[in-house]
Amino acid sequence: MKKIKSFFRALFDRKVRSRTISFLIVILGYIVVEILLKSGNLSSMFQSLLVPVTCYMVAALGLNLNVGVSGELNLGQAGFMSLGAFMGVCVSGALAPVVSNTLLRLLLAIVCGALIASVFGFLIGVPVLKLQGDYLAIVTLAFGEIIKSLINNLYIGFDANGFQFSFVENKLKLAPGGKALINGPMGATGTQRIATFTVGIILVLAALIVIYNIMYSRSGRAIQACRDNRIAAESVGIHVANTKMLAFVISAALAGAAGALYGLNYSTLVPAKFDFNLSILILVYVVLGGLGNMTGTIISTIILVLLPELLRGLQDYRMLIYAIVLILMMILSNNAKVREFAESMKQKLTSRKREEAANE
Amino acid sequence: MAFLSYLINGLSLGSVYAIIALGYTMVYGIAKMLNFAHGDIMMVGAYVAFFALNSFGLPVIPSVLLAMLACTVLGVVIERLAYRPLRQAPSLAVLITAIGVSYFLQNGAQLLWSSSTKVFPSVVPAGSVQLFGGQLSISYLTIVTILICIAVMICLTLFINRTRTGKAMRACAEDKGAAVLMGINVDRIISITFAIGSGIAAIAAVLLCSTYPSLSPTLGSMPGIKAFTAAVFGGIGSIPGAFLGGLLLGVIEILSKAYISTQLSDAIVFAVLIIVLLIKPTGLLGRKISEKV
Repeated sequence: MKKIKSFFRALFDRKVRSRTISFLIVILGYIVVEILLKSGNLSSMFQSLLVPVTCYMVAALGLNLNVGVSGELNLGQAGFMSLGAFMGVCVSGALAPVVSNTLLRLLLAIVCGALIASVFGFLIGVPVLKLQGDYLAIVTLAFGEIIKSLINNLYIGFDANGFQFSFVENKLKLAPGGKALINGPMGATGTQRIATFTVGIILVLAALIVIYNIMYSRSGRAIQACRDNRIAAESVGIHVANTKMLAFVISAALAGAAGALYGLNYSTLVPAKFDFNLSILILVYVVLGGLGNMTGTIISTIILVLLPELLRGLQDYRMLIYAIVLILMMILSNNAKVREFAESMKQKLTSRKREEAANE
Repeated sequence: MAFLSYLINGLSLGSVYAIIALGYTMVYGIAKMLNFAHGDIMMVGAYVAFFALNSFGLPVIPSVLLAMLACTVLGVVIERLAYRPLRQAPSLAVLITAIGVSYFLQNGAQLLWSSSTKVFPSVVPAGSVQLFGGQLSISYLTIVTILICIAVMICLTLFINRTRTGKAMRACAEDKGAAVLMGINVDRIISITFAIGSGIAAIAAVLLCSTYPSLSPTLGSMPGIKAFTAAVFGGIGSIPGAFLGGLLLGVIEILSKAYISTQLSDAIVFAVLIIVLLIKPTGLLGRKISEKV
């Protein structure tokens, strides 16, 4: 009994409390959704949001590692998602005759998506991480646009002879029985939809495990040290470029995994879907949830994905109200006067409680 | 000769980018924020000019002035309501607010004016100047665009370097704290910066829509990103940098469309940006950031 008690106390220890809470929220959310699904209380519209919400969550968690923990603004997360998505579609399409188990195929696609995104993350990270501040942000934006533009011109087919590639113009000559996997601006068509919500939740949990293990490790502390003071970190012997690269590559890998899941959730997927607006959307989840706060990212992703759907009753005005809510939330959570007011209210409340305690 | 004609077209497109980039760079230089809503302010300017020309039947110059006035007011109001409360906030919070404003303007425009594309009438009479015995033809619109860009640039440089307000703006860009101590009203200067940046965005809007005559609520986003790129290209915060960056970006875009590939022109533009930033990490004319320990 004592052991169990101390185990729970360790779980809610101040240092790791946020980790336990994020896991609890994800698992609780999963249970609630499953109960709603089983009892048939979830409309088809919300059901269609289940997989995307986990994808956005994973991509946002990765971005939070990069923007919040490592402190480098990345405006190209959608580019890495795009790489993962189309890689995932290709892998799943090519393996369809060999691996009939869809779950295994999905997992392989996710792993391949994460791999290709991390390779590109490394290649892009080498030049990007030499820059600082807003210049770094614009270069990640540029890479995101370049990836979108390249995939927009990419044609990949698969037949008995293996993969065929073509660029800018569709010159694929597929043997009978072969199929085109990526069709330039048309993107992936006729993809078998094998993504499931359960795998999505597992992916979110995996992302949390990876991120918290890094954050609470030596390299995680090094990443935060580089964010807080680059020069001081360098002077105590931290290799800043390698440390920042670690965060950047893991962030890209998570985006790639999320992209693979996302790509296999739709039968058609166009490259233009992964544009600057998607990168921004994910960044909004991160900033609103709080930089470096993974629990916040999870909650803000859920709220902001649901918000436009909940506002559907307002019809045309819903995106307008979404924008206003976004601006108001930013102002309320960051304005100095509002903060002061909240502080003073908090103090009043605590002092009143203390008085009451003293009176008793 | 074909090359020369592409070059001139590139300069014309680059002039539009340069004018938009000036707005980005001025706001960045003084308020130290990336105003992502700038492209959408430009879009509103385009709609105002469209309705002034078509529905009210105003002549060209008053329409443009009306659009400038509308954008100026819009820019100042946005700054007052959305950005000023966040003066001391972290830069990412301001960035997200700017994105919120951008969503707001786009969706507001969609509600007010519907998402269907409208055809913008050209403000410059059609026709062209023939040079070299008809081998090279330059449309009036191209000439007007380039001339207006140069005029805007000269006016702005004179304003910044020769007037009292311009001096105050430079002081704010240098050191806000010291500017306050010298009796400069920093809030007012930031408002003026937004007013000027938004006002000239309306000029860019009219020129852009005369060249590419389709008007829609998402009109501002791509030129906005391109102009932002141009501003960084030249060194964000630097006014001659924005001018140079805009022109170069336009020329690179048109030349790569002509000689390499239409589909890949965006990728090439951004690749050039990356290469430039790797060689000069603060842009072409940007000031070097010195690190102090």
